[in-house]
Amino acid sequence: MDPKLFLSASRIFIVAGKGGVGKSTVAATLVTAARRVGLTSLLVETDGKPLLVDGNGDQGLSAQTISPADALAEYLDRSGLGRISRRLVTSGIVDVVASASPGIDHLLVLGKVKQLERAGAADVIVVDGPAAGHALTMLRTPRALADSVVVGPIKQQANDVLAMLNDETRCQVVLVTIPEPTPVNEAVETAFSLEEDIGVRLAPIVVNRMDAHSPIHVPGVLAADSAAARAARFRNDRIAGHARCIDDLARRLPLPQIRLPLDTGATLEERTQHLLRAIEDLECGAQ
Amino acid sequence: MTPTTLDATIADSHVVVVAGSGGVGKTTLSAALAVRAALDGRRVAVVTIDPAKRLADALGLAGDSAVGNDPVRIPLDDARGELWALMLDTRSTFDALVDRYSPNEDQARRIRSNLFYKNISGALSGTQEYMAAEKLYELNGDDRFDLVIVDTPPTRQALDFLSAPARLRRFIDHPLYRIVIAPSSIGLRTVSAVSQPVLRAIAKVVGAQALDDALAFFKAFQGLDAGFRQRAHDVDRVLRESSTAYVVVTSGQAEPVAEATYFIGELESANVVVSLIVANRLMPHFGDDDNSLPSSLLDNLRELDDERRAEESNLEALSAARPETPWIRVPLVPELVDERLDTLAALRLLGQALGDAD
Repeated sequence: MDPKLFLSASRIFIVAGKGGVGKSTVAATLVTAARRVGLTSLLVETDGKPLLVDGNGDQGLSAQTISPADALAEYLDRSGLGRISRRLVTSGIVDVVASASPGIDHLLVLGKVKQLERAGAADVIVVDGPAAGHALTMLRTPRALADSVVVGPIKQQANDVLAMLNDETRCQVVLVTIPEPTPVNEAVETAFSLEEDIGVRLAPIVVNRMDAHSPIHVPGVLAADSAAARAARFRNDRIAGHARCIDDLARRLPLPQIRLPLDTGATLEERTQHLLRAIEDLECGAQ
Repeated sequence: MTPTTLDATIADSHVVVVAGSGGVGKTTLSAALAVRAALDGRRVAVVTIDPAKRLADALGLAGDSAVGNDPVRIPLDDARGELWALMLDTRSTFDALVDRYSPNEDQARRIRSNLFYKNISGALSGTQEYMAAEKLYELNGDDRFDLVIVDTPPTRQALDFLSAPARLRRFIDHPLYRIVIAPSSIGLRTVSAVSQPVLRAIAKVVGAQALDDALAFFKAFQGLDAGFRQRAHDVDRVLRESSTAYVVVTSGQAEPVAEATYFIGELESANVVVSLIVANRLMPHFGDDDNSLPSSLLDNLRELDDERRAEESNLEALSAARPETPWIRVPLVPELVDERLDTLAALRLLGQALGDAD
């Protein structure tokens, strides 16, 4: 599939996946890939921590951080609490407001993303979502709030965000996993939950850190405990384990897979090339 | 077993807090630490918080009912000590606290049925961290155990756990609480509290019903605050005792190493000494090339060694920044990744690898 077509399919890609699967790196790679094919792109971090994109000296990423606390404070500002909203934040009243209406902070983060999209901040906005189950919680809140709040600005906001999540030309979720049993299980559960509970469109799933090597023949004359034999067995076991996992994933989740190679030392540029090639390998209309 | 860096770290500890970002094998590592310590003669309770109930899987326990909010003994062959495990249930830990500090059953019931309470006991940021710390405190005072190992909630902010008691205190001493309490002490009712500008403004944002629930909660909470405050203080003390060790776990991948670096900085800024850094799931070092080998075998050796070197270079920055902190490097235990093998046996292997690594 043409990468430019792929990356123009939606204006927002929310990247989600459990901790340690390389979610932030994949988000940064998507942003760079979009730029490489001539689209403007923006990376949005949502949990208020400093950007930890990658340590290999790449720069030039256009990025922005939206923290739940800031989004809430801004919302309070706009709701006529202007002067005292800072005090509310520092005194912890914001915590209580957020608890009185659980999920309001998540909703407001998504609301800010929606604003960026509506303002045409970039052709492609990539959201590095919160880790693990938090991404699900975040994406569930608009529906929960749209159902439970009867009137008022929150209701309006929830409906607007829900409309955004349910429109596949505006927003899709990119799940990231690695070819190991626990992450695969979690990805499958998350995927069904996202489609059924939220009605958000899933982009092809990224299987990160895949050993793409072909199996190695170990000659019978080689001592079994030699370094080369142990290394070959390690490789063959890993290839077999990864193959089992992606088969399992394909069987349980009917989504095209974007497989990215193990790249412990790769630069962002190398990763971007891998991603673009993997997108090209996707079959058109595979979704 | 001979004493090692790991054993030296936990020998004098009564509590081990295992911290790190998600996906580095933190939960499994906590379980393996517990298995090792139990084999070595300690009576260990391991607490996990992960909602995926992975520890139950890791310990080979079927179903959610096998591990609950109370420790369950896990049979372990040849153990000189005992292994106990529990899965933290934030809500029922909070309920137990409310029951403990309520002057009477009726008040406890009123709090527990309050909608705002239901929301905060499940969703207030930091509640899970506080309840983990609370559970740690409770088990630390339990005579059945001489070592408590806590797998912390998956978070990027190490301080969420450490600062949980302070956050709870701040919540109890909340301005909103005082607003509610103050008028009632001069004979006014909640209704008049809502007429205050701050509350009117909040009601406009979250809706009057949500605010009413919050106010009702704070009213019902009267009389419990002193008990809660004292408890938070006690929990905080245990978290900062010298017999409480902090172990930070990372893998060799760039992202987790960057997160671990950030994490350790946060802990240090809160005056917590990190006792041990565990670099987990590292590529094994197979040994040197033998140039007479077929090229496919040689290339494989070299490529895998490149992976190992890339991990080492990721880890180097962290180790250079923390020259004082002891490290252990633990190679990947393939048995732990293979879902077809007995996980308890795999935990023993990892426990052994932890001990052997130096």
